[in-house]
Amino acid sequence: MLKLASLVAILLVPSLSMAAEGAAEPAAPLDYQAWHAHNDVANLSSLQRGARNFMNYCVGCHSLKYLRYSRLGTDLKIPDKELQEYLIGPGETKADYIGTSLKAADGIAWFGKQPPDLSLIVRAREGSDYVYKFLKTFYIDTSRPTRTNNLMLANAAMPAVLSELQGVQEAVFRDEVVDGANTKVFDHFVLASPGQMTPAEYDDFVRDTVNFLDYASEPAQVSRRSIGVWAVLFMLALTWMAMLLKKEYWKDVH
Amino acid sequence: MSNPNQVTKPGFWGWLNRRLPVDAFIKGSMTEYFAPKNFNFWYFFGSLALLVLVMQLVSGIFLAMFYKPGETTAFDSVEFIMREVNYGWLIRYLHSTGASAFFLVVYLHMYRALLYGSYKAPRELLWLFGMIIYLALMAEGFMGYVLPWGNMSYWAAQVIINLFSTIPVIGAGLVEWIRGDYGVADATLNRFFSLHVVAIPLILLLLVALHLLALHETGSNNPDGIEVKTKKGPDGPPLDAIPFHPYYTVKDIMGVFFFLTLFCVVVFFVPTMGKLFLEPANFEPADALSTPSPIAPSWYFTPYYAILRAVPNQRIGALLLLIAVLSFFFLPWLDRSPVRSIRYRGWIFKSFLTVFTISFLALMWLGLQEVSTLYVWLARIFAIGYFSFFWLMPWYSRWDPVKPVPERVTYHA
Repeated sequence: MLKLASLVAILLVPSLSMAAEGAAEPAAPLDYQAWHAHNDVANLSSLQRGARNFMNYCVGCHSLKYLRYSRLGTDLKIPDKELQEYLIGPGETKADYIGTSLKAADGIAWFGKQPPDLSLIVRAREGSDYVYKFLKTFYIDTSRPTRTNNLMLANAAMPAVLSELQGVQEAVFRDEVVDGANTKVFDHFVLASPGQMTPAEYDDFVRDTVNFLDYASEPAQVSRRSIGVWAVLFMLALTWMAMLLKKEYWKDVH
Repeated sequence: MSNPNQVTKPGFWGWLNRRLPVDAFIKGSMTEYFAPKNFNFWYFFGSLALLVLVMQLVSGIFLAMFYKPGETTAFDSVEFIMREVNYGWLIRYLHSTGASAFFLVVYLHMYRALLYGSYKAPRELLWLFGMIIYLALMAEGFMGYVLPWGNMSYWAAQVIINLFSTIPVIGAGLVEWIRGDYGVADATLNRFFSLHVVAIPLILLLLVALHLLALHETGSNNPDGIEVKTKKGPDGPPLDAIPFHPYYTVKDIMGVFFFLTLFCVVVFFVPTMGKLFLEPANFEPADALSTPSPIAPSWYFTPYYAILRAVPNQRIGALLLLIAVLSFFFLPWLDRSPVRSIRYRGWIFKSFLTVFTISFLALMWLGLQEVSTLYVWLARIFAIGYFSFFWLMPWYSRWDPVKPVPERVTYHA
């Protein structure tokens, strides 16, 4: 398997460098589909940073209509004062659900559709990895009205709003024959202009944000798992006692 | 009057028993109801099915306190239960995991009957009641799946209800009558709620009572497939049977806690079970303009769904689906073997049962996959395996070289 892979790599290298017009880049194609968010919903400080990120960059267009500020404050151990000062929007109270100030009609006028509520996005996309990959794979595409596109969601209506942090990415495609037709296949990104963050910082930023969305999709999940340990141990103990009881009664069955 | 004990007993218990046959019932169905002593692993699933039924009823009662049927309220109310009702998430996961557990337990319970020939005379009616329970359970499971009004709920309802449109002449009108609208809509959701929480549970309880009544009339079969009732000792009770209480009550309690241990692992750690118990598409509200891909019913329906998709003609596909489910009903009369248990059947029956087992599981897997030419052909092959188990049975069960059946049951203390 390894041998085969290296053989393929050797065969591909010349064609790759030719495709990249002499810009010698023999690196392997970027396998973004294999990325994992590796977020941890039990990590409070990550969740707090994620909540901050959400309120700074997402809530302008996206609501979390099933999550109240008060629940967020309690679960993430954010004191009321900080909650009021930094997270709760103007004109809202902590009993309110997290809403967006973007009007539905404006969303449709500007993006062609209303930006979705993100309360359940992580559960609806089979886990946090999708959102993590989505936020990291925006690239320039001048053919789109937003002038950006995304590898996870082709022709995404959402523009690359985080490019001021990540920087602007250009996607390099290579030509491949798939089922007899010439197809552009994504190869790697080139950072056209850097953002305010290094790639590592941006990676952490996205991980925290995705972590927060993971929490928001099922706020009870941390307590679910901690209660679960006791529930399972309790049932195991009952099973053990029931086994002893059965053994005792069945002694006289021959 | 019929039982002297009832007359002579003093105090409240005597007073009660003169008015209600409490003692007689406990004796007749517990302490002096005799069950074969050689029950094995496969005999846990009857009591477990009863346990899951009760769990579903209780968790369902609590869910119905907060759930609001209606196309604008259903999805939100489920999320309200998940987030704002105290331990609502637990009640919901108990119910959603319970639905899958119910089918798992019932499938294993039915498979036990296939292994040991429990459907054969004199237990045909017991088997038929069980099969009607299975049908009611399918209706219950399907309608319950629609209630959260997620996108998969909506589209599964579209696909399943549309199966009725393949019925000649009345099909189109029937589908409209079931939905109560020109499409799956508010009216559909509300009537499914009513049927799911009132009508079908009532039918289920009645059928379970009949199933148990029929069981207690014939007595249980056992892994040897021998009638234990006919071999009685000098003092009356059958030699190879023991009182249900306390022997099987303590044994079933052991099974219950073992089951609950596994059940809790799922409820607390993997409530979605990958994508099997709660699908990602169902965390998005119903949307008539966006079809999830692929549309797959819950795992417990996929063997039949695979058969449906294996046939290009929808009408014939739906008919085969119906026959696939109903085939089980005919087993008592298709089986012509002189023995009940697989222990004394020959290689022919064993081969057919193996083919059936593999086919059922393979169809279940195929029903969850996206359609491809290869998978359609595989589904056709396994569908033939599925049907041949039932419809070739009148012949192969007669030709099967059976082994001699012993006089007494096999039991090692």
